[in-house]
Amino acid sequence: MLGSGLLQGLAVTAKNFVGSFHDPARYTTVEYPEQPTKLPEAYRNFPFLVTENATDPMGTLRCVACQICEKECPPQCIYIEKSADKKPDATGKLQLYPKVFDIDTSVCMSCQICVEVCPFDAIKMDQVFAIATTDRFDGLLLKREQLAKSNDYYHSIHPTEAAEVDARLAAERKAAAEKAAAAAAAKAAAAAAQKPASPAVMPPDEPRRSSQSEGGRPPA
Amino acid sequence: MSSSPTLERLPLVVRDWLVGWLPESLRWLAGSLLAIVAVIVAFASLFALLTLVERKLLARVQNRPGPNRTGLPFLPFTKNRLFGLGQPLADGIKMLTKEDIVPRTADRVLHFLAPIALLAFAILTLAVIPYGRHLVPLELEAGVLYFFAAGAATELGVFMAGWASRNKYSLLAAMRALAQLISYELPLLLSIVPVVMLAGTLSPGGIVERQGGWSFGLLPQWHVFTPWGVTGFAIFFVTALAESNRSPFDLPEAESELIAGHLTEYSGFKYALFFMAEYFGMCALCGMGVTLFLGGWQAPLPFLAVVPSYVWFVAKLLTLLLAFMWVRATLPRMRIDQLMRLAWKFLVPLALVNLGVAAFWALTADWTGAVRATRWLIAAVLIAGPFVLLGRKLTTGLAPRTYRYAA
Repeated sequence: MLGSGLLQGLAVTAKNFVGSFHDPARYTTVEYPEQPTKLPEAYRNFPFLVTENATDPMGTLRCVACQICEKECPPQCIYIEKSADKKPDATGKLQLYPKVFDIDTSVCMSCQICVEVCPFDAIKMDQVFAIATTDRFDGLLLKREQLAKSNDYYHSIHPTEAAEVDARLAAERKAAAEKAAAAAAAKAAAAAAQKPASPAVMPPDEPRRSSQSEGGRPPA
Repeated sequence: MSSSPTLERLPLVVRDWLVGWLPESLRWLAGSLLAIVAVIVAFASLFALLTLVERKLLARVQNRPGPNRTGLPFLPFTKNRLFGLGQPLADGIKMLTKEDIVPRTADRVLHFLAPIALLAFAILTLAVIPYGRHLVPLELEAGVLYFFAAGAATELGVFMAGWASRNKYSLLAAMRALAQLISYELPLLLSIVPVVMLAGTLSPGGIVERQGGWSFGLLPQWHVFTPWGVTGFAIFFVTALAESNRSPFDLPEAESELIAGHLTEYSGFKYALFFMAEYFGMCALCGMGVTLFLGGWQAPLPFLAVVPSYVWFVAKLLTLLLAFMWVRATLPRMRIDQLMRLAWKFLVPLALVNLGVAAFWALTADWTGAVRATRWLIAAVLIAGPFVLLGRKLTTGLAPRTYRYAA
């Protein structure tokens, strides 16, 4: 009959109206600045530096200032200065660290190449987008203090990827410890045999390729 | 039982007290001016509120909160935004500060007069509506006639706007608007003829008085609770939507097809005046609908009569306005041919049939007892039959539409 469709339509809108007051499925709007939304895990832009310990960010940077990212960066927005001294890295080996590590985010194009070439899982993609400043020069040039973010933060934004990285690093640490133990045992045995220590060639490091580095730098 | 006379007459007491400060010879003038100011202020604030309520309601239907950021200006540094209650104020300031553009080739006088004429006629219609038992700004013996005469004059304003803009879109839209408004004027008038017939008066106050009392001490004797009344009210509702350019009949300013119709060349406060006139017209038509069919200021139940009559009028008016918004939130815009067909092939014949039913109702007013039920049955059949038949005829051979050239 004429009009039945109208009544059905009116019922639909009435249901939506009433539902918007009690049913979250009928009130899907998020009031953005007050209620930040969780970004999807795959969302990524602008790199940051991973630190092991949030209480001492500058002392526990994973970065060893190898400068690969600096060289690979297509728009050349990374600037690194090596340190003079060395500090133990994630596997306990003594390594250099970056005295200066700057990223000019006004130049950075979020291409993720720095992340793909990093052999130390030290630089990862962030999830920041509200980066507007009133100063387009210094405000957008991020220092290493601003870039350093903890591994826990990395876990909070990219959980799957971070778990993968942690597992790999743990395996490497274990392998390094076993190797050290084996080397110590061999040394002890050699000392016991009173033989001159043979110049044992160090086996090459397990290639530390990041999972996204297909087609990147060939393993050493 | 009725509400206390003091409360009922309160607005009049306030007026008399204010006017009492003036010399005797000026009192009638001051009293009239006060009534005019009261009506305009009341409806202007209602307009402001309605714009916000409408946006909120539409938003809620579309699963979003609507405007909720603007607080009131006298609470500037608080977090309390009061549901965006400051939005109409902000809109008004925005409209006032916008540039007022008049096309170089436009007829400047007509272009300036069109919004004023439209608003003036819309305000004129507000004068005869009985807002309460003692609250009628202008008591006319032929108030209903006056109301629809003044209401029909708004069409003049629409065409003035379209013509004076010297813009082909404006002119086309104005002609379309004129076609729509005049076509719907006929069923609108035919739908209220039964009310005048049965009430035997053209005075809005008189019509409301006739709807007083309760059958069985419970059911209000409003016109909408009769077979001819409910049909008349349905036709009135649909034609009122069309007359006030509301969705689904908002073709005159179909912004997706005609830019903004006759409003294309208007900006700033003139545009706001058009908007205001539209809302005033809508309020006036809703007020007339309440008066003619929904019992005006009469209380719905006997024990509720303690509440002053003007409260009931406002409550019914707001309900009807919300229904208008609900329809807007639901229905898409019609095509011009569908619009015309609905008016001439459905609403006008149905209104004429309704006239016959009203005549039957008037002639059988003395039927009592069991025959009374028969009276209801006959009237219902007389309405429902033509409704179904006309409804079938309306779309026969026209729907579903086939698209020959679309893949």
